[in-house]
Amino acid sequence: MSTDMVHVRKDEIILNNIITAQALGKSYGGFRALKGISFNIKEGECFGFLGHNGAGKSTTMRMIYGLSTVDEGTLSMFGQKIILTPPEIKSKLGIVPQEDNLDPDLTVIENLEVYGALFGLDGSKLRERSKELLISMGLQDKENSSVESLSGGLKRRLVIARALINAPKIVVLDEPTTGLDPQARHLVWQKLRSLKSIGVTLILTTHYMEEAMQICDRLVVMHEGEILAEGSPRELIARCVLPYVIELHMPADSVPSDLREKVEKANGEILQVADGIFLYCENGQLLWEKLKDWGIPQHACLLRPSNLEDVFLKLTGKGEEE
Amino acid sequence: MKGAFKILNRHLKVFARTWQHNLMFNVIEPLLYLSAMGFGLGAFVQQIDGMSYIQFIAPGMVALSSMYSATFECTYGTFVRLHYQKAFQALLAGPVTVKDVVIGEILYATFKSVVFGAVILLVVTALGQIKSIYALLIPLFLILPGILFSTMALCYTGVTSNIDYINYYITLAIMPFFLFGGLYFPVSALPVWVQKANLINPLFHSVEVCRALALGQLSDTLWLHVLTLAVFAIILLPLPIKLMTKKLIS
Repeated sequence: MSTDMVHVRKDEIILNNIITAQALGKSYGGFRALKGISFNIKEGECFGFLGHNGAGKSTTMRMIYGLSTVDEGTLSMFGQKIILTPPEIKSKLGIVPQEDNLDPDLTVIENLEVYGALFGLDGSKLRERSKELLISMGLQDKENSSVESLSGGLKRRLVIARALINAPKIVVLDEPTTGLDPQARHLVWQKLRSLKSIGVTLILTTHYMEEAMQICDRLVVMHEGEILAEGSPRELIARCVLPYVIELHMPADSVPSDLREKVEKANGEILQVADGIFLYCENGQLLWEKLKDWGIPQHACLLRPSNLEDVFLKLTGKGEEE
Repeated sequence: MKGAFKILNRHLKVFARTWQHNLMFNVIEPLLYLSAMGFGLGAFVQQIDGMSYIQFIAPGMVALSSMYSATFECTYGTFVRLHYQKAFQALLAGPVTVKDVVIGEILYATFKSVVFGAVILLVVTALGQIKSIYALLIPLFLILPGILFSTMALCYTGVTSNIDYINYYITLAIMPFFLFGGLYFPVSALPVWVQKANLINPLFHSVEVCRALALGQLSDTLWLHVLTLAVFAIILLPLPIKLMTKKLIS
């Protein structure tokens, strides 16, 4: 266990750093996928890596769960410096990889049992644990089904069940809900919350802002191999953008040319991302009232509180991708 | 090494389900060769080294089946697990290393090569083509070529990027092994340089040992064949671990 103690400002609980990265870098050929990032993940929290594909999130995850070597900077897990995550540490991890790499040669329950056997579990204990997990993930009716017969959502749930077979201290989830329908996504989130409530540390990568907002205690925004900002979702919103935003849903050429000047005069900020125009301000209602005078029809606009997506837009200059 | 047995455990679970199909694939083909060559060609060949033709080739079929099993498991089988099923990546998320995964593959392929070699041995024994009690040692011996053929196959799978390229290995390595390895005619019939080349043909050594045990013709030269196979295996063993590490760990 790390002796490296940190204070959490809000409730003054002392938590251990369970993973620490310092100037962590990675190059593939001439391409620098990770440009020296540093972060601390505390025991029991849900820590998120938010970013587009290619931001360096998966590279970081692969180093944590032992599919990538650390050759630049340092990575410590459970107080131990890592080059390639050794089996002793992997035995405390649960991994939900980006792709569903379930074993198609085995049935649903065999997938859990074979994987559990890797951790030294066996016999009736293993069977019991597997069945428990199937029930908790709503897969009990599929026990003897082939993996191929499962829908995308059920496969994902099985991957998560598999990651929990060894009662891990840390669960690493690489884009756990990509490709899932909203209902399945909420089910996964619920499961993650219940894991957090029993003290499991969660590490999550996502490019869904809502997901990050819903379940991350703290997160880093990543872009092109760098960390652009770190904090709780609320902190990041408060720090990076003004509290309200008006989205303009109209062609760029019909927007009055002096809009920027006017918005800035009203102490607002204007952000143009691809075809979208966003007006940020302290007092949304006040700016909203002014739109008509500025020659902008209100029906083409949307006023809402700022969220993580706005933070992301501002920091990366790119929108959420689907 | 403990990790490797856990990987083997996964493979054996699959084997328990698929062995019938495997049996077809790995046993029928050598039996086809045995019957076509033994009865067809055998009608024209009176005797080789004082034995009937079918008796001459029967032990070779045991070695052939064994080679096939190990080779196909660690080429096509491994390739599918590595590239299509991503099974190795999944296993590596557990407390195992690439070395465990590779040794697990070798253990499984060796297991299969012994099993399917033994099945052919049973068949040819039932056909009355095995004369010596020493033939009981053949399955034990098959462990050695099993390890070697699976290691060789893993090396090839470790460098190939396309499943179609596995044909090169089968056609350019495995085929010459069994066409010139003394299965169907004594190697003394071949040009001297081919006879010399056979010293690095693992199947040649395997056939020599199987035939000697089947006929009960024990001699000290058998140890030479065994030693050659063992040396090859020991030299090659680290290579697939290195190659698979390169494929799996970035």
